[in-house]
Amino acid sequence: MGSNLIDLLFIFMLACFIGFEVIRHVSPLLHTPLMSLTNALDAIAVVGAIVLVGEHKSNFATVLGVIAIVAATSNVVGGFFITDRMLKMFKSSRPTKP
Amino acid sequence: MSEFAGSQYLIEVIYLIASALFILSLKWMSSPATARHGIWAGELGMVLAIAGTLLHHGMDYRWIAVGLVLGSGIGIPLGMVHMTAVPQRTALSHAFGALCVTLVGTAEFYLGTQSSSKFGMSVLSMEVILGGLTFTGSLMAAGKLQEILPQRPITYKGQNLVNFLLFGIAVASAVYLVFHPEQKLFFPLIVGVSLIFGILLIIPIGGADMPTVISLLNGYAGLSAAAMGFVLKNKLLIIAGALDGSSGLILSVIMSKAMNRSFTNVLFGAFGQVQASAAGGAEAKPVHSATPEEAAAILTAANKVVIVPGYGMAVAQAQHKVRELYDILSKKGVEVRFAIHPVAGRMPGHMNVLLAEADIPYDRLIEMDEINGDFPQTDVALVIGANDVTNPAARSDHSSPIFGMPILDVDKAHTVMVIKRSMSPGFAGIDNPLYYLDNTLMLFGDAKQFVGAIVRELSGGH
Repeated sequence: MGSNLIDLLFIFMLACFIGFEVIRHVSPLLHTPLMSLTNALDAIAVVGAIVLVGEHKSNFATVLGVIAIVAATSNVVGGFFITDRMLKMFKSSRPTKP
Repeated sequence: MSEFAGSQYLIEVIYLIASALFILSLKWMSSPATARHGIWAGELGMVLAIAGTLLHHGMDYRWIAVGLVLGSGIGIPLGMVHMTAVPQRTALSHAFGALCVTLVGTAEFYLGTQSSSKFGMSVLSMEVILGGLTFTGSLMAAGKLQEILPQRPITYKGQNLVNFLLFGIAVASAVYLVFHPEQKLFFPLIVGVSLIFGILLIIPIGGADMPTVISLLNGYAGLSAAAMGFVLKNKLLIIAGALDGSSGLILSVIMSKAMNRSFTNVLFGAFGQVQASAAGGAEAKPVHSATPEEAAAILTAANKVVIVPGYGMAVAQAQHKVRELYDILSKKGVEVRFAIHPVAGRMPGHMNVLLAEADIPYDRLIEMDEINGDFPQTDVALVIGANDVTNPAARSDHSSPIFGMPILDVDKAHTVMVIKRSMSPGFAGIDNPLYYLDNTLMLFGDAKQFVGAIVRELSGGH
């Protein structure tokens, strides 16, 4: 357990550093689609809800889990969808490179 | 775990690949040229992760399927909203994300899977506190942006104290629960207080502060998902949560810098204080105003025009008329560019999306730091529905509530034209000396109609 916790903290720390480095380089032009994309990625929390519902340990947990799946899935679908729609709109005045 | 070690390994490997795809997805967002690859990477990672999760042994798929189908049914219309509704949609999806995290956390608590370990209980409490306040806070933000709730900030005496106390109660109860996990009644208390805290946190927020607040809620939603990852010991969730959390926090730092607020000021939610000191001096100072005909004549004579869009353009839905103006001026050989202030609009990048929707090429959209040096060589700066981000008092007037905020130096252009409904001060209630300058012409009217009138004048006189 002890080493497991430390492992998880290491992963968290490294992921934060990667996040800061990667997102610092995102052009301010794309801040809105960036936010909707991270929102969709964040909805990966759906995997937790799926396990919860799949194990069906109690009716209470299953009900909460199903609502959680609905909420997160709507973020996955809606988030990717609208991000794609936004990015399609960004066009350059220069001819696009092949 | 040993019994099903094979499928467990497979799931972990799939999560590993999904994590890499998520990081690539964000990396590719750095430029519009590669951004769409980013979506594909993200989608692939998501599909892999969900499929991998379904490989868990002994799963009952019926209710999972119901949830996935219902969620997709809600998600599709949420992905099809108009671009003008993107800020409230984003706030709503933060709320959904936080709802998912809070519900799973609550279920885990009552299943008693974490009560044996102090660490498990601590992260579980963190998960529901962050999740709870993000859920109600984001709902409030969405309500304000959709104008279901009053956009005006609501402040009262001792507001910060009340908020601080509530947050203190939530944290103290969490600490108590960690050491006395048998006191189950403390758990609903933590959740309830966090939900109320989220509402009270957003009550004092005005529309102009929304870019910072939405970013901050984005960060909280990410951190709550990361906390959930610690509870479930799910590395993919920790990574995705950390990426989202750092993204939200970076954006809120950028936004707060663009409003000259410190990061601690943002973190502890001291928003809306600027509004308290509204200037009362609305004495009738002389302004110069102009008609669409005059404005069209000035624009035709110009070589370099910079258009400064603000929230007013979004409200009036004027972006398509602005595109027509851009087209017609470009055809006449006028160089037209757009100056984008980081906090223009209601969320980070709001103006860029609206102008891109209207088919304005993104290389014409210039950031503040890049374009500010060009204003002295600019013939006409046309301000459409922006106010505080052009207020020269931020540079010179130490008593101004927005003193020190970086602004677009439109007043340095040879001629400034401001499209505005009336002389009433902007959202923050701060008078804008720009309007009384000798080189400023006020164009009174609705942004869409006024730009439309200029376009008609330009095309008719050809």
